[in-house]
Amino acid sequence: MTDFVLLDWSRAQFALTAIYHWLFVPLTLGLGVIMSIMETLYVKTNDPKWRRTTRFWMKIFGINFAIGVATGIILEFEFGTNWSNYSWFVGDIFGAPLAIEGIFAFFMEATFIAVMFFGWDKVSKRFHLASTWLTTAGATLSALWILVANAWMQHPVGMEFNPSTVRNEMVDFFSIVFSPVAVNKFLHTVFSSWMLAAAVVTGISSWYLLKKRETTFALDSIKIAAIMGLAGLALTLFTGDKSAFHVASSQPMKLAAMESLYNGQKSAGLTAIGIVNYEKKHNDNSPPMSWEITIPKILSLLASHDLDGFVPGICDIINGGYQTKDGVELSVSEKIRRGKLALAALADYRKAAGANDTAAMQESRTRLDTHFKYFGYGYFNTPDEVVPNVPLIFYSFRIMVILGLYFIGFFIVTLVCIFKKNFHEKRGMHWIAIFSVPAAYIASQAGWIVAEVGRQPWAIQDILPVNAAVSAIPSSSVKITFFIFLTLFSVLLLAELRILSKQIQLGPEPEETGAEK
Amino acid sequence: MDTLRFYQEYWWFLVSLLGALLAFMLFVQGGQSLLYSIGKTESRLDMLLRSLSKKWELTFTTLVTFGGAFFASFPLFYSTSFGGAYWVWMLILFSFVVQAVSYEYISKKGNLLGRNSYRAFLFANGLLGPLLLGAAISTLFTGAEFVVNKENLTETVAFAPIISTWKNPWHGLEALANFWNCAFGIAVFFLARSLACLYFINNIADDEIRADSRRFLCLNAAGFLLFFLPWLVFLLLKSGFAANAADVIVSEEYKYLNNFIALPWTAALLLIGVVLVLTGFATTLFKPNFTKGIWFSGPGTVFAVLAILLAAGLNNTAYYPSTVDMKSSLTLANSSSSLFTLKTMSVVSLFIPFVLAYISYVWRKLDKEKISRESPR
Repeated sequence: MTDFVLLDWSRAQFALTAIYHWLFVPLTLGLGVIMSIMETLYVKTNDPKWRRTTRFWMKIFGINFAIGVATGIILEFEFGTNWSNYSWFVGDIFGAPLAIEGIFAFFMEATFIAVMFFGWDKVSKRFHLASTWLTTAGATLSALWILVANAWMQHPVGMEFNPSTVRNEMVDFFSIVFSPVAVNKFLHTVFSSWMLAAAVVTGISSWYLLKKRETTFALDSIKIAAIMGLAGLALTLFTGDKSAFHVASSQPMKLAAMESLYNGQKSAGLTAIGIVNYEKKHNDNSPPMSWEITIPKILSLLASHDLDGFVPGICDIINGGYQTKDGVELSVSEKIRRGKLALAALADYRKAAGANDTAAMQESRTRLDTHFKYFGYGYFNTPDEVVPNVPLIFYSFRIMVILGLYFIGFFIVTLVCIFKKNFHEKRGMHWIAIFSVPAAYIASQAGWIVAEVGRQPWAIQDILPVNAAVSAIPSSSVKITFFIFLTLFSVLLLAELRILSKQIQLGPEPEETGAEK
Repeated sequence: MDTLRFYQEYWWFLVSLLGALLAFMLFVQGGQSLLYSIGKTESRLDMLLRSLSKKWELTFTTLVTFGGAFFASFPLFYSTSFGGAYWVWMLILFSFVVQAVSYEYISKKGNLLGRNSYRAFLFANGLLGPLLLGAAISTLFTGAEFVVNKENLTETVAFAPIISTWKNPWHGLEALANFWNCAFGIAVFFLARSLACLYFINNIADDEIRADSRRFLCLNAAGFLLFFLPWLVFLLLKSGFAANAADVIVSEEYKYLNNFIALPWTAALLLIGVVLVLTGFATTLFKPNFTKGIWFSGPGTVFAVLAILLAAGLNNTAYYPSTVDMKSSLTLANSSSSLFTLKTMSVVSLFIPFVLAYISYVWRKLDKEKISRESPR
């Protein structure tokens, strides 16, 4: 029997930390590239305006980076503090990317960021530029390794279960690193971060235009940001399509929840917008949607790259019986039964190993291997436990997509105005740009809610549910730390926003200071 | 030596090296704990902060990588200690979270909490970081109350099937009730402060700061020796747990002394480390113009801590003894990652010298010009 209070607070604490962390990371990833491009222009042209522009955005980068680092350390250690079973059960696979991230990415970031901030006029221009790019590369590499680890949780590959050590062990490093899910997740996340940073730079720069201050600085910044934002969005769209395809094959329940699709269909349509029926259960006959507008066949196209492809719904996944590329899908009840057989076989194997009974070990190992595919299901008791929070995932997905499409239009219009040289006159656009900044953050968070809430109730898809991954600590302890983190992060966030607002009001350094020495 | 054992020991060496580098880099925390003592005026405080702000991230990164390397190479320790000694690790994390923002926010306008709050955060991290990390590391020798039972994972009717369980309600805070854990924590705290004094003397060209740093070095070095030497004697005389030839955990008298005797190079490393630490202290204290003490005591700290951590795990020692269930004690053999993972990560570890080289290069470049009242911000 699971302690759901402990489980829920552990999940809440991890979600809280991840949400706060993700407020700061995408800006680091995107702004890093933007300011590196600006400094490159400075070194190439020797024009002091680029130095001044770079230094301003670097200041914003620094303020944002500090709190990103602070929230990041908590996430790493929470795998151990709150998910101790997880740490052992998959530590052999999951730990490696974290260690590599530390050795390759964090040290690169930590070393060269010092040069970036403190090295102006102390090191050569080219060395400084290299340091800025290396800081950006370090941040991006860091994202690579943690996203490889995250992608593995969504689509576990390259491992085998070892009953002697009672854990999963890595057998193919490259299949983990180069898994299509990992590559796609990394690119999708990084490119969408470019979009977010571009929106922030455009929004802040537009504020200067509204105030009729720093016009050249603002227009130069917007030009670079909007080009990068549009490029980032195009690539995000492309990788998003790939994501849908991967989700359909390895996490069909997540896709069904994204669409609130209960009964599978051929030639399934994509719900553009709609209202979810909150009362809907998988085993009743009420309609899943109160209202919707559907684009015919598009869901089938996204999920199977075939306009007439079959997309299973939540009921199909629970009841089984539909055809997949691996054969006829089993019902969740049957998977639970087989999962419990796998767990029993593991217990028998351990007993036999303790008694040094080779024949019994062999026999139980065979049973375990036969049913291991459903191992994680053994921790459930009823089929409805495998259904995630449908309304949350449905709405988050739409928010992400609709805002993504909005930003394509926004950056196209911005660029047209920039190249027509009349953006500085468009006060309406300036206001829109300012209000687009929170929209970019909402889109970014919504994306992660789809990815992570959609994976529930699994910590590792089909292998380990969250109720078998948690640490054995009193729920009261987790409650206390949750509220400490909530208070701490909220205060630090408010401080960050206030500092940012002051820095923006102050603006770039005066021309003399920023000028070439 | 069989292959798996070689890689387990190699990774114990790397984890120990990261721990030793972290012990050295804690001079940043030591410096923060001296902000109120040496940074008496605004200009002096400004110089101390400028000096430390170039290095804090390296300490932070070393801590994160130390955690990551432990997770990757010895996941059972990660799962048992972090998931069990919850409160001590959480307190360490809280103190590092507030540190991470303080350097950036302290001098910025509109920082909401005011300059003094961030200064207090830095002080809190400077005090709690070394103290708690030292106490936590000391449990590698004094042990903790946990049970590891992998059979629990097959349990589906009891409470969540958790492998590692903590056997007291304090979840790590009980480590602070052990005199020797506290003694080691205090020793680490004084060492961090002593190293910070040496670092300031080397990095800041200001007569007042240098004079004050020498004065504080004298007090903190004495404090360090007062707590470290008895702890070292305690370590050498105490019994420990070890895996015997049949891989059964047994108690062994003078285990750590035996380890230093069985692995004399670790004893030599410890001796060289201690001598270098003391040389750095003594030359700085007795030669008024000597500013390079950090380059003796720093590497000395790395050698000494490396030797101590190696003694915790090598020679079949249980590096995380369970005081309530001896057989649950963690050894390199029963807690490591698989051979494949250790081998794969070992390839990555070949880049560590390159990482250390660029860190040294950048450090030298940035520190070429000493910090002074006049130097640019």
